[in-house]
Amino acid sequence: MTKTVDARGLSCPQPVIMTRKAVKDLDGGEVTVLVDTMTQVQNVSRSAQKLGWDVSFEEKNEAFELLLKK
Amino acid sequence: MSKVTGFFATRWGIILVGALIGVLAVTLQKLGNPGNMGICMACFERDITGALGMHRAAIVQYLRPEIPAFLLGSFIAAIAFREFRFRSGSAPIVRFFLGMTAMIGALVFLGCPWRAMLRLAGGDWNAIVGIVGLVIGVGVGVLFLKKGFSLGRAHPERAGFGLMMPFIMLALLFLAVIYPNYGESAALFRSESGPGSMNAPVLISIGIALLVGFLAQRTRFCTMGAVRDVLLMRDFHLLSGVIALVAAAFVMNLVFGQFHPGFTRGLDAAGEVIAQPAAHTNQLLNFGGMVLAGLSFALAGGCPGRQIFLAGEGDGDAGVFVLGMFTGSAVAHNFLMVGTQPNAPLIVGVGLVFVLLVGFVSLERGEA
Repeated sequence: MTKTVDARGLSCPQPVIMTRKAVKDLDGGEVTVLVDTMTQVQNVSRSAQKLGWDVSFEEKNEAFELLLKK
Repeated sequence: MSKVTGFFATRWGIILVGALIGVLAVTLQKLGNPGNMGICMACFERDITGALGMHRAAIVQYLRPEIPAFLLGSFIAAIAFREFRFRSGSAPIVRFFLGMTAMIGALVFLGCPWRAMLRLAGGDWNAIVGIVGLVIGVGVGVLFLKKGFSLGRAHPERAGFGLMMPFIMLALLFLAVIYPNYGESAALFRSESGPGSMNAPVLISIGIALLVGFLAQRTRFCTMGAVRDVLLMRDFHLLSGVIALVAAAFVMNLVFGQFHPGFTRGLDAAGEVIAQPAAHTNQLLNFGGMVLAGLSFALAGGCPGRQIFLAGEGDGDAGVFVLGMFTGSAVAHNFLMVGTQPNAPLIVGVGLVFVLLVGFVSLERGEA
């Protein structure tokens, strides 16, 4: 099952904190993260990539959906 | 699905932009801005409230064109890169309050984090004490964030609403250029001496500030985030930009002969101590003021510059924070709470208590 983190509308650095929390106990799999600015897309990507996750994203309904894979 | 791309999001992107901001800031000093004050969000906003007549500190009244130009530079970047979206509703009244406390703390130190870096680059060692305070303040903010601090979610709203801050700033910029003077006790005021009387040529200030605003929006440059990200998760991305700013400003100060190391600049012919420009040597206040400012910025999610750039790209809550900073500057001067003025120690203490209260009541259990 894919875990989803909804961090839309939250200020820095909450989306990153929530993402890190969500992936902390995972060895691999897929995690979806929702954010609503490009800044947060970049912040979450940078942070997840450092933890070894592959990150891609797409724009959906005035928000961004990031897909983290490992 | 796509990948995050673009030069500005890279390590080299932020280093280059940080260095360029350092060079531009010191250039503004060379061209006439006050000492170690090429860029200072707190000082400039305070000068603007002085120009508008919201406080009566005669030496710091000047409608600085940089502040509106920073915001409009960010606005232009956000429009150009299709990132402009209006959003608001994340506890705006709390953000207004945090803007006030951030400003009040910064004015006790006599500078925002940006100016703290420029003061350091100019050899003003009092800045080191302020920066230590900033790190401690942000560190306390990080503890709150780890415990689940949140001001709640902002929501997207009609994009047109987002034009409010750029419109206000455009009006300020227009006033800065024509500088109407209605005589005695009527706006705009203008200092005849002191920092408020010193400025780089207006059009150059506007050009440089537009560029800085544009680049800062693209790179998400943030002097508070720089410290926070290191403390929170050992992420040196933003910090590398800030270090580049200090390094470049230091080199430019050497080139221009503007580097004067020391806590003071020695004694004058009459044996009086010459202070560093717009600085004082009460280290407890330098420290405490920046603890208050750092904590306020950390809870609000951005340094004073970042709040301006966010406001430019449509973040209504950041815009409210900026208005809180304007208000805080007027209150600080009207109630003698600036630098080493009599009420400064009191307001740092009271401010810290209230900001800690904001932190505690904003902890979310379970979620976050």
